[in-house]
This record gives sequence, C-alpha cells and structure tokens, in this order.
Amino acid sequence: MIEWFTWLQLAIAVPGGLLCVILGLVGRKPTDLTMGATALVELMLIVQLAAAIAAPLAGNDATGSLLEFYTYLISAILLPVAAGFWALVERSRWSTVILGVTCLSVAVMLYRMSQIWNVQGS
Amino acid sequence: MIKSQTDVPVPSSRVSGIGRLLIAIYGVLALAATGRSFVQIVRAFDDAPLAYALSALAAVVYIVATVALIQRSALWYRIAWITISFELAGVLVVGTLSLVDPALFQHATVWSIYGSGYVFIPLVLPLLGMWWLLRHPVAPAQSRA
Repeated sequence: MIEWFTWLQLAIAVPGGLLCVILGLVGRKPTDLTMGATALVELMLIVQLAAAIAAPLAGNDATGSLLEFYTYLISAILLPVAAGFWALVERSRWSTVILGVTCLSVAVMLYRMSQIWNVQGS
Repeated sequence: MIKSQTDVPVPSSRVSGIGRLLIAIYGVLALAATGRSFVQIVRAFDDAPLAYALSALAAVVYIVATVALIQRSALWYRIAWITISFELAGVLVVGTLSLVDPALFQHATVWSIYGSGYVFIPLVLPLLGMWWLLRHPVAPAQSRA
C-alpha cells in the first residue's frame, strides 16, 4: 500500500462522496459527474490492489494482518460496482445518494486499510 | 411501478424512495459484518469462540434483513421485523454486556459498545428500519407471496 496514493484516494473519495450525497438529496438523478466520481474511486481501488500486491516486492510490507487488509480491499472494490449497477438500473435521486454513501464507505475502509498496513504492529 | 422525482405520500412499494437508501446501507453493513467475521474466524476462531460466533451470526442476520427489506411479501415483511428486532436486541444486549463485563467480549464484534466501531450505525439502523417497516406495512391481502 502506497501511503501518498491512499491519501490521494481519500482526497477524492470523501469530497466525491459528499458531492453525490448532496446532489442526490437535492433531487439529481445519477449523472456523468456522480457516476464518474464513483468510477474514479473504483479505478483507484484497482490501482491500490495492484500496488498492494507489488509493494512487498519492493520491501514495503504490511505491518498488520494481510488477511484483514485484503478482506477490506476486496469488499471495497465490490461496493462501487454494485452501486454503479444500481444507479444504471434505477435512475432516481436515491441512486445518487447511494453512490455517495458507497464512496464514503470506501473512504472509511481505506482509512482502516492504511491503519492495518502502516500503523498496526503485529 | 411509478417512479417520481418527488416523494410520494403513499409509496407503492417498500422498495421505493428513501427505502432504497436504507437497503443500500443495510447491504454495506452486511458486507462489513461478513468481512469482519470471515477474518476473525479464519485467523483465530479459538481465541474467542463466543464473540466470533456472534460476529458470524450478526453477519448472517444482516444479510437476511437486507434481503427481507428488498422482498415484498407478507412473509418477508415478518422476516424483516424478526431480523431487525434481533439486531436491535443484539446491539443493546451485547453493547451493555461489553461495557458491564468487558472480559466476556474481549474481542470486538459488530455490536460491542453499541457498535462504536461502526460509528454506531448498528444501533441507529434497526430503529430506522423499524420506522420504515411501520410506515410501509404489507397487508397479507395485497402481498404477492
């Protein structure tokens, strides 16, 4: 896990998630903007997955449990996909809110993942 | 089913409007609980069989509750009530026990300290779920079971 990249992810997932929640609550259906934000969050998660697999080869090992880390990462990767499908099938304001809730959930999971990787001594 | 931008006073389905958000949050919590119990059980089930078995049970109940909220029939409506009541009881009982007798739950579960590890969502969600079910009852006659 690359630390600065994780912070970059959080810097996108949190404002993106809040934006989706707000736009959804004011009644917007899913748009390119909100779908795009969610897609970007998803894309960065996949980059993070590749980074997590590659990092130990470069001597950047997780300090905590890898099992726990990957459970979070895989769950996080599934979320935006599910929310995105939902938004495509059901084009209502609530789908936009759900996109936002998903991005925020991913942010929480990323934060936990960074704790497991960087902070948690085993 | 009629979809509307604004909130309809009498929604045609429990699965409409803000209910979808509730279902989505339930889904996320079900995923979180499942992930955690998976990790706990795979890593060291023997450390705390009670807490970890409880985690797994909680995860299953969240999954069933999520499905029950989506389905629209009298039977699923009852299942939704049962699972959501179980969650509320679980978070209250385990939450209280984890404060009164921490030794009993040294290892975290979703419900420890009233779900503080999950921003108290496990405590708030059953109440929202019950409120939702109360407002959107399914009478046996109109169900498609």
